[in-house]
Amino acid sequence: MSNFIFQALNGLSSAMFLWLVAAGLTVAFGVCGILNVAHGSLYMMGAYFAFTSFQILGLNFWLSLVFALIGAGIIGFLMERFFLRRIYDQPIEFQLILTFAFILVFDNLTKMIWGTMLIIPTMPSLFQGTIPIVGRPFPIYNLFIIFAGIAVALIIWVILNKTWWGMKLRAAASQREMANAIGINIPMLFTAAFVFAALLAAIGGALSTPIRVCDSGVGGAVIIQAFVVTVIGGLGSLKGAFVGALIIGVIGALCTLYVPFIELFVLYLIMAVVLIIRPQGLFGGER
Amino acid sequence: MVLEVNDIVTFYGQSLVLDGVSLEVDKGEVVALLGRNGAGKTTTLRSVMGLTPPRSGSIKLLGIEIVGKVPFQVAALGIGYAPDDRRIFPDLTTEENLLLAGHLSKRKNGDWSVERVYNLFPVLRDVRTRKGGFLSGGEQKMLALGRALMTNPALALIDEPSEGLAPLMVAALAKAIREIRDTGVTVFLADQNVRFCRKTADRGYIIEKGTIQYQDAMKNILENEEIVKKYLVV
Repeated sequence: MSNFIFQALNGLSSAMFLWLVAAGLTVAFGVCGILNVAHGSLYMMGAYFAFTSFQILGLNFWLSLVFALIGAGIIGFLMERFFLRRIYDQPIEFQLILTFAFILVFDNLTKMIWGTMLIIPTMPSLFQGTIPIVGRPFPIYNLFIIFAGIAVALIIWVILNKTWWGMKLRAAASQREMANAIGINIPMLFTAAFVFAALLAAIGGALSTPIRVCDSGVGGAVIIQAFVVTVIGGLGSLKGAFVGALIIGVIGALCTLYVPFIELFVLYLIMAVVLIIRPQGLFGGER
Repeated sequence: MVLEVNDIVTFYGQSLVLDGVSLEVDKGEVVALLGRNGAGKTTTLRSVMGLTPPRSGSIKLLGIEIVGKVPFQVAALGIGYAPDDRRIFPDLTTEENLLLAGHLSKRKNGDWSVERVYNLFPVLRDVRTRKGGFLSGGEQKMLALGRALMTNPALALIDEPSEGLAPLMVAALAKAIREIRDTGVTVFLADQNVRFCRKTADRGYIIEKGTIQYQDAMKNILENEEIVKKYLVV
């Protein structure tokens, strides 16, 4: 039983990375209508920026996080302002091709700048150590990740439901033209929403560097998991992204403990079952 | 003049919808645009709002040229728009729909408030916490109009206000539109319900095949059987 609880907690911390990536994917899709295949690359850029500022420039953990957010925010801004904006009214294939091209660009850009080396995790001294949970040492950092993920979920909820900006996002998400006609500067709102989505991915990437290996191909791997999460939760639903991430994170972790040889099979099986029973996803069609 | 539309030509995709529409709305007037389905009423309003920009011609709001401006700029200059299909923000509550429009208003001198909209349409007060997507068609119609007013417009553009409403609600809406006019908002509405326009509008334009065919005071239009038969009776 203690194995089960311990491993479920581990799963919860990996679920938070999935949540952060899926949340940004959901914001970009829900507001701008952009299915950003390169969203995992923004996670990767967040990881590389955090790694560079922490391990190479020697900044502290929090400053590295800020550095990663600024870097990814600028990239998100440039992507939306100069590329994605041109294809909002085009068929979705154009988005897939363009954003897929961005994966290739970011993969090779990281190879050019950082080489092909792996980023080996280094735990900041701040988070070193463990605390006993069910009689076993649980890393403080993993606990921090769980709280950080939940904190981000609360922040997103407050932004969407309690601020004017969030109200504009909710209005523009479902009635873009009417939102424009009552005075919302839609191009500016979309840029801001996309940058916001990029920041969510970058938080995930930056927070992953102390415990996860990162290389120039991680963007593609991350986005596939995020798609599984959003398909289960319902594309466009933040609640769905959160629940989907919990399901995949925790069940995935438990599978590695009990049935490691069929872990991936189980995850895709869950997705297939959800698609058969509820093709719109668990929370699809609501917001 | 609040609104001067001069010889606008508007396409919807490849098809010509407005073939040189000209009209004027003076301050304090309620002006109706009448015509059958497909005559070009909605497109005229969308052209003014910048949602379907005209290819040529001029549209002036309070003397300022607005052709070439995008909708949120037109809204900021003082046009409140209530579309025929309502376009309520479904994820926002009734009150949030109104508050957002008020927040976005660039004309802070106006004095529309949520309370005032509720007084105009008491039904909305009862559904203030309900999400827009769960309102009835009639409630959405009123909310769309209330939302337009919350932007404190100099000119309210109202598309098909009476369409699909029960007769009792049509009467209430006619009364509301006169009240809106009395508060100093100029109204330009498009509708095909002649009796509704008779109750609300001072003047009327009749549009057919994308051009204005006739204009007169509303009461003269109704007395002119030939015109009514030719352009308005289905």
